[in-house]
Amino acid sequence: MFWTNVNRICKSGFINFWRNGFVSLSSVLVMIITMLVVGLMIFGSAVFSSSLEQLKQKVDINVYFVTSAPEEGVLALKKDIEALVEVKSVEYLSREQVLEEFKDRHQNDQLTIQALEELGENPLGATLNIRAKETSQYESIAKFLESKSSDTTGYASLISKVNYYDNKTSIDALNKIIISSTRAGTLIVSIFIVISILITFVMIQLVIYTARDEISVMRLVGASLMYIRGPFMVTGVMSGIVAAIIALIILYGLAWWLAPSSSIFFGGLNLASYFVNNFAEIFGIIMGSSIVLGILGSYLAVRRYLTI
Amino acid sequence: MEQIKTVIEKGHSPMIFFDKVSKQYPSSGFVLRDINMKVDPEEFVSIVGHSGAGKTTMLKLLLAEEIPTEGIVFVEDTNIHLLNKGEINDFRRRIGTVFQDFRLLPNKTAYENIAFAMEVAGRSDGEIASDVPHVLELVDLKEKLHNFPHELSGGEKQRVAIARAIINQPDIIIADEPTGNLDPVATNDVVNILQKINNLGTTVIMTTHNKSIVDALGRRVVTMEMGKIIRDEPAGRYNL
Repeated sequence: MFWTNVNRICKSGFINFWRNGFVSLSSVLVMIITMLVVGLMIFGSAVFSSSLEQLKQKVDINVYFVTSAPEEGVLALKKDIEALVEVKSVEYLSREQVLEEFKDRHQNDQLTIQALEELGENPLGATLNIRAKETSQYESIAKFLESKSSDTTGYASLISKVNYYDNKTSIDALNKIIISSTRAGTLIVSIFIVISILITFVMIQLVIYTARDEISVMRLVGASLMYIRGPFMVTGVMSGIVAAIIALIILYGLAWWLAPSSSIFFGGLNLASYFVNNFAEIFGIIMGSSIVLGILGSYLAVRRYLTI
Repeated sequence: MEQIKTVIEKGHSPMIFFDKVSKQYPSSGFVLRDINMKVDPEEFVSIVGHSGAGKTTMLKLLLAEEIPTEGIVFVEDTNIHLLNKGEINDFRRRIGTVFQDFRLLPNKTAYENIAFAMEVAGRSDGEIASDVPHVLELVDLKEKLHNFPHELSGGEKQRVAIARAIINQPDIIIADEPTGNLDPVATNDVVNILQKINNLGTTVIMTTHNKSIVDALGRRVVTMEMGKIIRDEPAGRYNL
């Protein structure tokens, strides 16, 4: 009997969805808007993360070595630094590479190039470019380097300069920007999503308000609570599925349309590629939240009329 | 309580018993005062009275839609206001209801409206398929089984409502102004159907303002005024 009832409830929900065409359409449209807001928040979050990542990439700590520092000494320090958990990567630039880079950077500055040639030897030492996993971790890496440049293990005589304290102000500022913009972003996303959910709930309540007499009739013929709620919840699921599919199609089109400009303005993030590469996750979020919204909205809205 | 016990002991259990029932609403005060009324099985009772006399409130108490402020409503030997939600559902499946405004499910066809009452009563698809056309034939609507309520006339809608009310073979039919929205021909049809149902052994309680049908029936008439029963005649007439 249980499965017969489930079958009847599902059938009734499907039939109601089609027969209440206009009402179903209204609820689907509102849910599409909600899901588009959710989708745009996902895109916004991706763009935001990509932009932050770009900024983070521009930050590093450089350790400059004296010209007499032997390569094996520098590489030993590199190994020690790489062992730190905060460190994402360490790039070693030999004296020759540093010189080449310097020349490249100043290729239009004849005076500097000329001065360099007049010296007759390479005046630049090797360099280690260190990237932390998080910008907030640069300080602890700097402290480690500070201890190495003042200890007695031999590194002190190799290190010419660590530029963390030159960049500290900008690193700290970036850190603050990242923290505050992440908080603001989360808050804005939450507000938008809550507003959208509330609008959807109100819409579902209106839809079920139109069926309040129907609910009272069901109660009077002795229908159980599940038998009354069930079809409305099935209708909610159907609205959710249809809304999610349409929202995903619109978001896909939007991603393609915005792809060229997003690549230019947001540091290489191609929204279309992002959509395709993360489709499973985006599909799960949109479809899941749409269905949950439909079920929950219907469940809560029907409850109000079940008191007879 | 003593009264009902006595009745049961004599082997003469009433189908319905209002035992000193009063109903008070916070906003409008008492709408029913100290109602004592017994309805025996297979009786056809017309409840008459002006608007606001308390007729519909009595029916709401009988359907467990409302709880009495004082007193007890028994159906057979059950105090229906002590039933829990699940038991109320079971209880309502044993009662057929017909209303002035039909109260059909607008998005279901005549067939589906009747089938719905059977579905909630846990009847099988086979029973539904065999019983629904049969009952529609009884109310002379065999040709309209796939029509939606908005495609039916008032009389036809009421006949669908009656078909829905009787499909589970209830012990009691409650009809609240069933002819209130109908023309004289449809009114006669509906009353005739209710009489037939009663003749088959179902207790019928009907509220009405229609003098001619009450007089024509020549059955028990309970007259109400200001929330009280002022007259209860076994073969009464409409006298207000």
